[in-house]
Parts: sequence; structure tokens; C-alpha cells
Amino acid sequence: MVAVAPVRTQPGSTKLEAELWRVLERVPDPEIPVLSIVDLGIVRYAHIERGHVRVGLTPTYSGCPATEVIQRSVRRALEDAGHEDAVIDTVLSPPWTSDWLSEAGKRKLQAFGIAPPAESVSNPRRLFGTPRVACPKCASTATQLVSEFGSTPCKAHYRCTACLEPFDYFKCL
Amino acid sequence: MSTQSAVRLKAAGSAASATNHTLMRYVLRLADTSLVLGQRLGEWVGHAPALEEDLGLANLSLDLIGQARLLLTYAGELEGRARSEDDLAMGRDGSDYYNLALAEQPNGDFGRTIVRQVLLDAFQLKVYEALQSSSDARLAEVAAKALKETRYHFRYSAGWLVRLGDGTDESHRRVQSALDELWRFTRELFIADDVDREMAEAGVAPKLADIEPGWNALIDDVLREATLKRPPDVPYSWHGKRGEHTEHLGYLLAEMQFLHRAYPGASW
Repeated sequence: MVAVAPVRTQPGSTKLEAELWRVLERVPDPEIPVLSIVDLGIVRYAHIERGHVRVGLTPTYSGCPATEVIQRSVRRALEDAGHEDAVIDTVLSPPWTSDWLSEAGKRKLQAFGIAPPAESVSNPRRLFGTPRVACPKCASTATQLVSEFGSTPCKAHYRCTACLEPFDYFKCL
Repeated sequence: MSTQSAVRLKAAGSAASATNHTLMRYVLRLADTSLVLGQRLGEWVGHAPALEEDLGLANLSLDLIGQARLLLTYAGELEGRARSEDDLAMGRDGSDYYNLALAEQPNGDFGRTIVRQVLLDAFQLKVYEALQSSSDARLAEVAAKALKETRYHFRYSAGWLVRLGDGTDESHRRVQSALDELWRFTRELFIADDVDREMAEAGVAPKLADIEPGWNALIDDVLREATLKRPPDVPYSWHGKRGEHTEHLGYLLAEMQFLHRAYPGASW
């Protein structure tokens, strides 16, 4: 399956739609607040339909507990910007992938101390390969997986054997 | 790990179309297996042998319950009686639960939990792979999402089974005995009934016989690497997917449903 990253500025998109994206860019991910939901790549569309704002959000993981919090934050941000009664859709297909994390998002993660995804997930047959993950503190690739799962569904737990720092790794999905 | 391409689904004949009732039943089977297994894994929270595994099992549980929520919501829509995901999860008794009996088996020690997980992860992996090309668009998109998570689950559970099986004498002995004990529940995975057949004919779901070789290959690879012996198949089967369960499901539901039943509509 070829997953297509969300297209921000579609042909014919209006000034108002550009403003919607700016509003959404200020909504933080509740679990990794250094990232906006736009950086995370979970906003599938934002446009005006019959006078109402319509936003499509895709969950990172089926059971991610942040999904409902994000919907509420989006609604509040839009209301604050003067858009009442926004329609918020949950879009499952195509499923979210860590490839949709923006370049700006990856830099923000790195600066925050979370190693960004090390590779693209273009090969769906990969089951047991281990990516080379660089330590976000000292950039050494002498790192070890501690646990496949970390503090949130989207992260794994690593440690750096060069600088001895434990860190979170934003896993590839 | 062996890799095979996913089974592609095709409707047999143009007249084949699934009734909503059968489709709902099929969706409930998928949902209930995920929900019951997710609830079992949740029992480990605060009790796992190490903090990392506590988090790992809780994360698996969270994904499974998330998958169950999407599927239960869909089942409720198919039924058309305005039952929500919560109504279906909390308001049905054991005989109306259609999960595979393997999913409800008690956790036992960490090794037994891992054995159960490997057997079911490999099964869900093959089912979701095939469901990506389901003639039912909704099921196809839930499956595409769930498949990514399930691959990661299998990587985790298979990795642990190899470490435990090919570990110390004690860990080897414990996982081999869990495998010997749980193996009899695997027969149900591939016994097709009318629901399975109707879904396969309509191109909604794979023929179970088509995904069985893929499951066998995954399991045989892991068992070989884990230096474990594949137990002999048994000549009988449980029928959890028909609502006939082992005695363990009732206790699980009693705990899971207590709050909702004692305080209907409670929220926080």
C-alpha cells in the first residue's frame, strides 16, 4: 500500500482554509506537546463545507487514548478562532504512518530528546529487522533497545551505550 | 521469519452478498477476540515481571481494545438497534460473546501469557492481512490499521517466546508446558462454520483453510527458533465463536462489566 501524506494546500484552497491550518498548527499533541497535530501528520483535511468547518483526523493507534483529547482541543481551538459547530471526522483509511511526521516535527522531537523514526516503513514485510537509532543527546548509534514499548503507544524505550542516557524512540509504523 | 503474500479475497459469483446479520456476527467475533484478549492482558498492569513488560503488555492491551472499539461500533451500526460499543461490550452475557476460546484462557505465568499471545498474534496477523482486500470497505480499513499494530505485537511476543524457549531450563520447561496445554484451543482457529463460509463466499473474509498454511509457517518458524516442540493436534474443538465458552469467560466478564452494570451510564 502506498500511503500518501496529507496535502495541505490543495488547488483552489482559500485564504480561510489556510487560516484553518494555522489554527490547527497551534494544537499540541497532548502526550508530546512539543509537536503540533499537523507536525504529527494526523490532520487529513481541513476545509469549509456548507458554511461549516470540517476537519478529518486520523488516529495514530487504534487505541490511542489521546484521540479524544485531541478532538476536544481541535474543537476548542476552532471555537476560539470563531468557528463554531465544526464537524470532526475520524478517518481510518489510509492508516496513519510515522512517515507522515513532518521534517519540522522530526527536528522538534530530536531537540526534545526523543529520537525520530529512523527509517521509512515502505517495506511491510520487515518483521524482525532492527533499525539503527541515533541517541538524541550525543548522536551516537551505539544504542540498545530496552523495550519495544515506551511511555506512549507510539514510542519504544532505548538506551545509549556511549553517553549512557536512556531515551524514547518514536517508533516506525 | 518467513514472509508470504496476503491472501486476496474475491467474491464467488455475482449474487453473493452477505446479510447484515451474518456480517454483524462475523464482526463481533473479531471484536470479541480482541476485547477479551485485551482485557486479559490488562490484568498484568502492575503485576508484570518487569516495568518494561508491564508497559509492553498494557500497550498490546490498549491496541486490542482500540481495535475492538472500532469493530463493536461497526457491529452496532450493522445491527441497526442503536447499540453503542459500550452497550455491546458491557451489556452482553458470555453466551452472546463470540471470541475464540483461546483468548479467554487465564494468564498463568508470563510465559503462558506469551504463548497465548504468539498463537493469537499470528492468527490475527493472517486474518487482518487478508481482510485488507475485503469486499466490505469498512472492515478493510479497520484491518489495514490493525495489521500494522498486530505486526508489532507479533514481533514482541515471538521475540519473547524465543528468549524464553531458548533460555534457561526453567523458562524452556514452563513455556513448553504452556504450549502443550494451550495447543488444544488452536483447532478452533481453523474450523469454519456457516458464518465463516458465507463471509468467504461474499469476499468479506478469507477462507480459513487459505490462511492456515501462513499461520503454520509463522508458528513453526518461531517454535523452531525457540527450540520448542509443536504439540500434536487434538481431534476435538471448542466453539467460542458460537458462544460456547470455557468457564473462564464468565469471571472475566464479571470483572469487566461490573461497574457499567452497577452504575449504568456512569462516566468520568
